[in-house]
Amino acid sequence: MNTDNLPHNNNYVIETDRLNIYYGNFLAVKDVNLKIPPRKITAIIGPSGCGKSTVLRAFNRMNDLIPSARQEGRVLFHGKNIYDPDVDPVQVRRMIGMVFQKPNPFPKSIYENVAWGVRINGFSGNMDDLVEETLRQAALWDEVKDNLHKSALALSGGQQQRLCIARAIAVKPEIVLMDEPCSALDPIATLKIEDLMRELSARYTIIIVTHNMQQAARASDFTAFFTMDEDRAGMMVEFGLTSQIFTRPKNKQTEDYITGRFG
Amino acid sequence: MRFSLVDSSNKGKTTNLARRHQIGKIWHAIFFLSTATGLLALVTLLLSIINQSFGLMAVDYKVDPSTLSARPLEQLSNSELIDILKSNVSKIRLRTLEREKPLDQRTTDELLELVNTQIVGQKIIYTWKLHESIFRRAEIEAEIARDYPNARLEFRAWLNWQFLKNTMSSQAQFAGIRTALLGSLNLILYTILFALPIGIGAAIYLEEYARKDLWYNRIIQTNIDNLAGVPSIVYGILGLAIFVRALQPLTSGALFGTPAENGRTILSAGLTMALLVLPIIIINAQEAIRAVPDTIRQASYGLGATKWQTIWSHVLPYALPGILTGNILAISRAIGETAPLILVGASTFITSDPNGPFSHFTALPIQIYNWTTRPQEQFRNIAAAAIIVLMTTLLMINALAILLRNRYSKKI
Amino acid sequence: MENQLLKIRSTKDKLIETNEISQQLRKRLRLSETLIQTLLLIFGAVSILTTLGIVYELGKESWLFFGREEVSLVEFLTTTTWQPVAGKFGVLPLINATLMTSFFAMLVSLPLGLSAAIYLSEYASARARSLLKPILEILAGIPTVVYGYFALTFMTPLLRSIFGSDTVQIYNTLSAGLVMGIMILPLVSSMSEDALNAVPNSLREAAYSLGATRLETAIKVVVPAALSGIVAAFILGVSRAVGETMIVAIAAGSGPAFTLNPFRAAETMTGYIARISGGDLAYDTPDYNSIFAIGLLLFLVTLVLNMISRRIAARFREVYE
Ligand SMILES: Nc1ncnc2c1ncn2[C@@H]1O[C@H](COP(=O)(O)OP(=O)(O)O)[C@@H](O)[C@H]1O
Ligand SMILES: [Mg+2]
Repeated sequence: MNTDNLPHNNNYVIETDRLNIYYGNFLAVKDVNLKIPPRKITAIIGPSGCGKSTVLRAFNRMNDLIPSARQEGRVLFHGKNIYDPDVDPVQVRRMIGMVFQKPNPFPKSIYENVAWGVRINGFSGNMDDLVEETLRQAALWDEVKDNLHKSALALSGGQQQRLCIARAIAVKPEIVLMDEPCSALDPIATLKIEDLMRELSARYTIIIVTHNMQQAARASDFTAFFTMDEDRAGMMVEFGLTSQIFTRPKNKQTEDYITGRFG
Repeated sequence: MRFSLVDSSNKGKTTNLARRHQIGKIWHAIFFLSTATGLLALVTLLLSIINQSFGLMAVDYKVDPSTLSARPLEQLSNSELIDILKSNVSKIRLRTLEREKPLDQRTTDELLELVNTQIVGQKIIYTWKLHESIFRRAEIEAEIARDYPNARLEFRAWLNWQFLKNTMSSQAQFAGIRTALLGSLNLILYTILFALPIGIGAAIYLEEYARKDLWYNRIIQTNIDNLAGVPSIVYGILGLAIFVRALQPLTSGALFGTPAENGRTILSAGLTMALLVLPIIIINAQEAIRAVPDTIRQASYGLGATKWQTIWSHVLPYALPGILTGNILAISRAIGETAPLILVGASTFITSDPNGPFSHFTALPIQIYNWTTRPQEQFRNIAAAAIIVLMTTLLMINALAILLRNRYSKKI
Repeated sequence: MENQLLKIRSTKDKLIETNEISQQLRKRLRLSETLIQTLLLIFGAVSILTTLGIVYELGKESWLFFGREEVSLVEFLTTTTWQPVAGKFGVLPLINATLMTSFFAMLVSLPLGLSAAIYLSEYASARARSLLKPILEILAGIPTVVYGYFALTFMTPLLRSIFGSDTVQIYNTLSAGLVMGIMILPLVSSMSEDALNAVPNSLREAAYSLGATRLETAIKVVVPAALSGIVAAFILGVSRAVGETMIVAIAAGSGPAFTLNPFRAAETMTGYIARISGGDLAYDTPDYNSIFAIGLLLFLVTLVLNMISRRIAARFREVYE
């Protein structure tokens, strides 16, 4: 038996195994062992620069697009290491979608934004229905149904971000990665996205990076707390139920961070 | 700081400060005037060209046209012109002309030119520039009346409709730029056909695929930057050696059964120009592609798109206006280029319209060059007229580029 | 394998086996992607082929040229008569004429271009800039054959009316050089202006705070700080002048002459190439081969100048980025 295959716990969609990520020679994240449960919202929190985005992008191989980035260790998706040489990063991203920090709709129509990803994945059904269904899931339908063929760039920031979420879920991924999706939005738009996440978690596994404590406390089921050592290498300090992390953190650093922020 | 800005011994001396301000003002004026020299040069150039395109012309005749017909020759119909020819030209000469091209198949302009060359024997004695024609008119009239009592003095716009429509002629007053203009447009077509896809493709490769740390990608990039500075005449030499000579079977059309005696064809010229503008197109397109925000690429990859899907659906549409603008400017450079065409053998005297890639050709800048270097004043005049046509063409192309840019930049 | 037997509850309420996921994630053979990438690489390589073509053809024909018994490399580079019919192949008169026209061109374009750059970057209001810059851009877009016409029909008569038509020949290097200077002016001014603009404002502020006037700031602080960028512009201008063909072909005269008199006709390297190849040039004659030998010289000189210019400009950018 291959000793690399550690016992795989069937309660998790993603497991990282001694994950180190480098940018060139700089060790940005070290020794992360994280287990993401299915159909739950997992928040990754921690001070800025501790490698939250880096870890998140490792889950769908977006780091491949950064020439200097490389990783050691494994990221298991249903037990399969997505960094195995026989794995196609394009396929990984079709199953693990992503929403970015700043809303980045394509400079096309609202309809096209939703339909494009579906079309390249070879969808042959009724596109109009799918677009409507997706926009309803993203709680955007009522606001845009009369302007489907207008430019997505005409939407407000919050609407744009929900469109980006719609775009991501239109291709029916299993996991949606969100990197500080609300950091560029106002509080009302933020609240809408949090509600949306809650609804989507019935169908999708959501992993969200946030630097907003309240958001993590309010909107997530599980929380991973990251920090960095004196070499600025990020590492995971504590992982657990959000309720536990925010009320009875086991680790001193976690407690300092959380209480410091809550003042 | 290494430079001593204020001489410390003079500190506080107001007279000195006043002088420094004085000097500052003088230099301010000098700097301004230097910049304005550009404007002065441009205006002088344009005026001197316009000055040459209009003006008086003194013509002499063997036969006075008014003896041939009661009405001015220009107003006669084809059959009337043919009648004049038949009654004034020798039988033998007529037969030769018929053999070249039957008279009844010739256009009015061609017939008119025949009447003028065969019978009237119009000959330009001298032409004057616009400013001379206006300010020295009386003098000129007196001079001509004295020296050439039979000559007629007329004011001529060298840039006229006939000039655009006529083909080549050995006499300036009948020469036109039709073949040259068509030649230029034709050859640019081939340039675009080759340079555009290859140039944009290369730019996509360099910006989206090439890893900058690989030696061969760096070589490609450096090489393109260097090629952009190679003198155009060197491209001409290359075109002569490769397209005209080495690839003659291809560029002469011999491979395709089209008879053309050598490789000095529109295709060769278009390909040579394509190589010439390729570096410019690549560099421009690279800039446009580089301006596409990375967030768009990430969004696309995040959906599980492949590289080409990302480029085709998102990067290219976004970069297109920039690519187009840059390319139009590159193309307009190719339209004005002359030296490479001399090398690949543009002919200067061609009267038939270009037909297809394997025809011999002439081009607008070649015609300008050729006419400029003729000793007779009247050829300078038509060269100036041709320059106006060339510059107007370039102006329209550039206006199109600006229009395109504005339209697309509003859309996104 | 234990791994393959592992089953987990998926989010889609069905059991997903690890090897099922492995199947789904398996590398696809994306033929079109590979094809497209290869094609684009080939497009990129066309430029390499162009360079190889230039080097090969120029090299080969030059080799044939110097292989002729009537030609020797030493004679080529050191003697002062170019008379192919008489078997005399000394390239110096052509080089001399090229240097002269380039010299006059730089005499015009360097001071004017630099002054214009200083004006545009240090003095001009936004309005003045938006008015003057397009004019320079238009100048840069005028075909060189038009400049040639301008030299012959305007500059030369002007020079002859100033210095007398006995002194100034109809074709002369001065007229061609001066007009070439106008042609190169936009290049020098826009590159120099970029260099001046790259100088950080803090440097200007430092100078002003020491009590320097605007002129002193510009001349003693900004220009020295941007000097290497300006030098790069100058060198590129020289390269452009050396390679320029139409102006000299029209206005500088045909027929090589070894003279330092700016009022006399003299043929430059490019002018010679243009004239010789103008007619129906027979292949493999000394004339034909000589084009390539001179072309090679031209190519090497401009290449070296361009490379030096780009090296200097790159180092300059590094300093301020
Ligand atoms: N593309 C990159 N190249 C080099 N270093 C990077 C890159 N992206 C992030 N880093 C570095 O990696 C560390 C972690 O970054 P990031 O994952 O963005 O942190 P976070 O999202 O927690 O703020 C930081 O020190 C950052 O400077
Ligand atoms: Mg981040």
